[in-house]
Amino acid sequence: MKTTIWENLSKLDKRWIFLCMLFAVTLPLLFPINLPLSASEPVMSFYKTVEAIPEGSLVLVSNDYDPGSKAELYPMTEAVFYHLFKKKCRIVILSLYPAGPPMSERAIEQMRTLFPNIKDQVDYINLGYKDGREAVIVEMGRSLKGAFPRDYRGRAVTDAPIMAEVENYKNFKAVVSISVGYPGTKEYVQYAQGRFNLTLLAGAAAVSVPEYSAYYNAGQLKGMLTGITGAGEYEELVDRRALAAKATDAQAFGHTFIILLIIVGNVAWFTSKRKGGKHV
Amino acid sequence: MSEQIGLGIAAILTVMIFSFLYKDNPLYKFAEHLFVGVAAGYILALTWHNTIRPNLWTPLSTGRDWWLIVPLVFGLLLFTRFIPNIGWLSRWSLAAIVGIYSGLAVVAFAEADFVQQLRASMIPLFDTASTAAFVANPGIITFLRFIGNFITVVGLLAILIYFFFSKEHTGSWGMIAKVGTGLLMIGFGAGYGYTVMTRIALLIDRMFFLLSDFVHVL
Repeated sequence: MKTTIWENLSKLDKRWIFLCMLFAVTLPLLFPINLPLSASEPVMSFYKTVEAIPEGSLVLVSNDYDPGSKAELYPMTEAVFYHLFKKKCRIVILSLYPAGPPMSERAIEQMRTLFPNIKDQVDYINLGYKDGREAVIVEMGRSLKGAFPRDYRGRAVTDAPIMAEVENYKNFKAVVSISVGYPGTKEYVQYAQGRFNLTLLAGAAAVSVPEYSAYYNAGQLKGMLTGITGAGEYEELVDRRALAAKATDAQAFGHTFIILLIIVGNVAWFTSKRKGGKHV
Repeated sequence: MSEQIGLGIAAILTVMIFSFLYKDNPLYKFAEHLFVGVAAGYILALTWHNTIRPNLWTPLSTGRDWWLIVPLVFGLLLFTRFIPNIGWLSRWSLAAIVGIYSGLAVVAFAEADFVQQLRASMIPLFDTASTAAFVANPGIITFLRFIGNFITVVGLLAILIYFFFSKEHTGSWGMIAKVGTGLLMIGFGAGYGYTVMTRIALLIDRMFFLLSDFVHVL
């Protein structure tokens, strides 16, 4: 029995699909077309909240992710640090993920090339990782120095000038949680936002959007960056097209390819069904 | 030089992991096992240096906080699970862990995920700002904002009705439940779409690493 092109496509070896996806993602990286990026409402809200922070204010950034989520969240970290340093804010950085601090260090190194005058322990401090999940989040509401007595390099935080004004959450104009899962933004909302009345901003992997959108809509999050797209939109707003903006082209092509596959798959399925063949 | 070697190893391991896309093979298995081993070792070392030593070992060994013997004993009791005769002792530690976390979580969940979410759901069917914006400037976006609250409220009720199992889903009740099912499907679809986004981002990151950090063509 003669087979149609749709039936052949539905039986295509999946390795061809992987190869096509590789091309769909790689070619835009090699030949960028710089697709326009317009900020969505949660991203704009994030930007406006940071813009409203007075110069010299303290901001807490919790980088709760590891290299497995670096693709989406590291560009956000850079973009947020860039915006905060541009606003002359001072940043206290910490992590509830074991592999989070090196991500923060890398972003800080990047910022030092853009802002050569920023000083460790004066304009920023990396407090490193602390185990204890929710307990740490709650403890920071009482005493940040109690939760993090030493910084990432093992120095006593009481010696750091930036920590002189820090006692607990009350000393921060905003808390930014860049997270991929547990513990992360959800735990900051549950254990700290309402209890300590935080201005909480979130950077999240795309997979977390359905969960965190409810928090944003309820006003528990004042802004939200999600996935590479959110990071790219934020880069556009802070006027520094970097990692995420480059990756946005690749993601758009990858998504287009997936949409094409869904259409082809459906046409093949309906064609097979009409012919009374076996459903594939 | 050491950085170049590190980059080279990372690039080779990335390609070895990608080789699974062709078929399962020893190179992939080696990279996978290496990753799991390194990750476990890293976490173990970090836990010792970052948690156990500063919070337990140092205060105890310097005689600073003797009361820390209590959590130490509770921690050690967890390991009695490996000895069948006294395995029941681990339940004391588990009871403490579950009790403390429940105490913390109940209040937090009730406030953040229950009260606040209920409050956010109590919205007017059509708010004045969206209505005025739609009347002043009729268009797709303003229309969607205009009906946004209506869809949220009706959708929420329909989904709640779908989960109400004390009444049979037949007739008009069943129709509303079906609307709820449809909305849930849309929600799951969006969730799945976002998951795909994250997976593609991983691929982009690895290709970016290979092209930028390793072969320097970007």
